[in-house]
Amino acid sequence: MVGAFIMSALAVDDAFRIHMGILTLILGIGVVVAMRLPPPIEGAAHSAGYMDGPVRVGSILTMFWGVIGFTVGLVAALQLAFPELNFGPWLNFGRIRPLHTSAVIFAFGGTALITTSFYVVQRTTRARLFGGDLAWFVFWGYQLFIAMAATGYLLGITQSREYAEPEWYVDIWLTLVWVAYLVVFLGTLLKRKEPHIYVANWFYLAFIVTVALLHVVNNLAVPVSFFGSRSYSLFSGVQDALTQWWYGHNAVGFFLTAGFLGMMYYYLPKQAERPVYSYRLSIIHFWALIFLYIWAGPHHLHYTALPDWAQTLGMVFSIMLWMPSWGGMINGLMTLRGAWDKMRTDPIIRMMVIAVAFYGMSTFEGPVMSIKSVNALSHYTDWTIGHVHSGALGWVGMISFGAIYFMVPRLWGRERLYSLRMVNWHFWLATLGIVVYAAVMWVSGIMQGLMWREYDSQGFLVYSFAETVAAMHPYYVMRAVGGLLYLAGGLVMAFNIAMTIAGRVRTERPMPTPAQLQPAE
Amino acid sequence: MSLIEKHGIIERNASLLLVGSLLVVCIGGLVEVTPLFFFQNTIEKVEGMRPYSPLELAGRDIYIREGCYVCHSQMIRPFRDEVERYGNYSLAAESMYDHPFQWGSKRTGPDLARVGGRYSNEWQVQHLTNPRSVVPESIMPSYAFLAKATLDYDTIGGMLQANATVGVPYSQEMIDNAANDLIAQATPDADSSAVAARYPKAVFGDFDGDSQRITEMDALVAYLQMLGTLVNFDSYDAQANYR
Repeated sequence: MVGAFIMSALAVDDAFRIHMGILTLILGIGVVVAMRLPPPIEGAAHSAGYMDGPVRVGSILTMFWGVIGFTVGLVAALQLAFPELNFGPWLNFGRIRPLHTSAVIFAFGGTALITTSFYVVQRTTRARLFGGDLAWFVFWGYQLFIAMAATGYLLGITQSREYAEPEWYVDIWLTLVWVAYLVVFLGTLLKRKEPHIYVANWFYLAFIVTVALLHVVNNLAVPVSFFGSRSYSLFSGVQDALTQWWYGHNAVGFFLTAGFLGMMYYYLPKQAERPVYSYRLSIIHFWALIFLYIWAGPHHLHYTALPDWAQTLGMVFSIMLWMPSWGGMINGLMTLRGAWDKMRTDPIIRMMVIAVAFYGMSTFEGPVMSIKSVNALSHYTDWTIGHVHSGALGWVGMISFGAIYFMVPRLWGRERLYSLRMVNWHFWLATLGIVVYAAVMWVSGIMQGLMWREYDSQGFLVYSFAETVAAMHPYYVMRAVGGLLYLAGGLVMAFNIAMTIAGRVRTERPMPTPAQLQPAE
Repeated sequence: MSLIEKHGIIERNASLLLVGSLLVVCIGGLVEVTPLFFFQNTIEKVEGMRPYSPLELAGRDIYIREGCYVCHSQMIRPFRDEVERYGNYSLAAESMYDHPFQWGSKRTGPDLARVGGRYSNEWQVQHLTNPRSVVPESIMPSYAFLAKATLDYDTIGGMLQANATVGVPYSQEMIDNAANDLIAQATPDADSSAVAARYPKAVFGDFDGDSQRITEMDALVAYLQMLGTLVNFDSYDAQANYR
């Protein structure tokens, strides 16, 4: 805290001064809160059993960041439809958009990953988290990273590397937190009481170690001053572009896919009360997935100044990636064999199944878009935005919701959720939101791509760029409606979770039982 | 022992699983990314590329700070419609001094790779101040605040130095004169011959129409006005640089 204050005083630029002031404030509040907390309970009861403190706080914060991230996304969507909603400099679209992407990927997704990995690794190893309070350091250290990244974006502190925007000092902090995360996770695996490491943990481990590698290499930069926010990337131009998209695509591949597959491999079989479909398939698709994903980055750079050989390599591997991705989908869906009736009676299962279905759809759409001739049309348009959202809202969001619905009653010792009917409402609001969002973005993206390349019979371009922007307006409004539906679902969930934690049970008509749904024979 | 059974060894050894995963993920990056740093033909041979002048570099930092790359690409693809709309397709050489690159990934607004010299300074300032006053269909936010913000160039020497550290060929002379060069480029009556010699094709003038001070608007417009103007395409041999 004192260090941050001194950094603030010595700062060479205003943004850094304010940012360090914010850090001082956060740490100050943290110290006051920590001092006011009751002292930890001493004795055997404290160290025995699982360490679920961070998991409890994490479940709440995942919900919190989810709602924040969806709200900022809605704001960004509305800004594109109604540009009067830009309030510069701090709330202009250029600063709001990275705030939205990071809030959803790193704040919502990252907190969900840390939280669930701590839950899963303890239950599947039958061991308490390694390192004692180190797990708390990982947890709160990561939250500090989120706070610093978010406030930095609004101040205009950015490296302009998509999904890696935070500047050098925030990156160094995240590296420290991440190493501690690896120590906690690996340490817990090493002291496990089960002979085998469960498949969910393979995915979590690959996610943690690969993200460490990607983060460190992609953020190599030289700061202008140790008392200033600005730095310059170690790489330039074409090399920088491929390094960034090697990172960027694997932020998708390892952060948003491998980590969440770990989630799927634990919570889906648990909720369905069925073992994972195929052990062999999980081995094959795990190794194939982590091997192939890394190569796919160049498909973000088709027809750019990146040499053709790299583009082609990226395309070929992206198409091959379809197979291990669907291996994961099949393993998830087939886990429900013999339990498909639960789809009708258990809205949590329904949520997890739709997550896996969206995973399958996005990982089919992705390879299609990585084909160069398709990409020639889709690149630079909203099609890409729609694709990302079917993956992020459909897969990442839904599987996280399912995991939290599963964990919360168990973590707080509640018999069941406050309301299953509300889970059902959440399911339909979210699904409808995604469908609207993705469909609208297909139309607007493909339409704009076609308008850009449209020639008339005399060989002139038909549309000016501004005309193609004007044509987007109705779709941008509809997209915001899709986002609003998804946000509404998130709010219903937040209420449901809060009530569950408070120990309330809603008086409601129960969900139909299998017997009631027996079809006529 | 079948292959699947052998996998049991990895499943019982967390360290082996860790090292194995790390090795597997390293392969793709090593084979695909690292050659770009060593292959001579990755960057085309061109005439005219130079490092950014201090004012342009300051403007580029504002471009990054405001997140312009979120909606504007700087990468023209080799398609008929793009070349007609924006100009010659972009070369790798044109971003060789870009730390970081600004190719972008989305065209909510048009490509800016060759926007330099396409519009007057007055148009650029007017458009940044109130985009819909010149392009009614535009959905761009207003950047009027840039014209009110005095440019902070205390660290401009350090900015050039940091770029030199990562490989941009800034000479000691350029670094030493950074602040003076920045002032000279934005002051119409200043002696600009030294700047012009150090940074050929640099655009001079009072960009924002406010001669009292150098604003962030001056720097950003100076940057926009040089984009895509450096490479001499008359002497560029596309066939020799085929990759």
